[in-house]
Amino acid sequence: MNASDADAVRGRIAGLAFSLGAGFVFGTGLWISGMANPRKVLGFLDVTGDWDPSLMLVMGGALAVVLFGYRAVLRRAEPLFAKRFYLPARKEIDLPLVAGSLIFGAGWGIAGYCPGPALTALSTLSTESVMFVLAMLAGGLVHRIVSPEPR
Amino acid sequence: MHNFTPVSALLGGALIGLASVWLLAAIGRIAGISTILHGSVGLPVEGWRVAFLAGLVLAGLAWQAAGAPLHLRTSLPGPWVIAAGLLVGFGTRMGSGCTSGHGVCGLGRLSVRSLVAVASFMGAGMLAAYALRHVLGVAS
Repeated sequence: MNASDADAVRGRIAGLAFSLGAGFVFGTGLWISGMANPRKVLGFLDVTGDWDPSLMLVMGGALAVVLFGYRAVLRRAEPLFAKRFYLPARKEIDLPLVAGSLIFGAGWGIAGYCPGPALTALSTLSTESVMFVLAMLAGGLVHRIVSPEPR
Repeated sequence: MHNFTPVSALLGGALIGLASVWLLAAIGRIAGISTILHGSVGLPVEGWRVAFLAGLVLAGLAWQAAGAPLHLRTSLPGPWVIAAGLLVGFGTRMGSGCTSGHGVCGLGRLSVRSLVAVASFMGAGMLAAYALRHVLGVAS
């Protein structure tokens, strides 16, 4: 193994470690903010109940950091441990975007779980979180079958 | 509004934002959890996706180890849990994102596409939560 191969391997390992760390910090944020609690999420979505606006501040806090952080990061030519930035290029407002988001929202409003909180809740091994995550994976596969074109 | 927790909401939100910026800075990827999840199913396995998802689950384990409250719920009937999971899985794939990808990262890039997605899933979420609780009378 020459020096540049060793560098590549080190970069790959560092990338994996940073990805794991990002997931960990993200998950911790979900728990601290209360988003990992489906009842709290539903307390926001059900505006006719005892309304809890906390979720707006979760999104607001996250957004404030990302608005400035992304801008700072994207001033660099490339990321620390990858060759390029992988940014979504699509701009069109189309039917799959709107219909898919409506379908997702309906499921979110029923259970109070979106994908991140459901995955971090999986750590409790509660029947509910296991059932939800398996169903979520199945739902993704169903879409892959009915709409097989590469995204 | 006695459930309102502004400090923990802002703090947790800031951590979510920080993790998203961190992922972009380190490996150039958007922290969109549904896209990371759906992309991790099938071959070839991309290590960074699995690592990120493992980090999410580890955060929950650390939270439990710290003795913090877990918010376990058993009131929502199983068929509703499964129906909701199917809708979330199908919808996030069809709409190319969820609360994190569109709601945090997309809006953070001032994407109009993401703004439309967020308005759609927020609106549908509010309608569904209302209908389930107050029209169908299901405890959630």
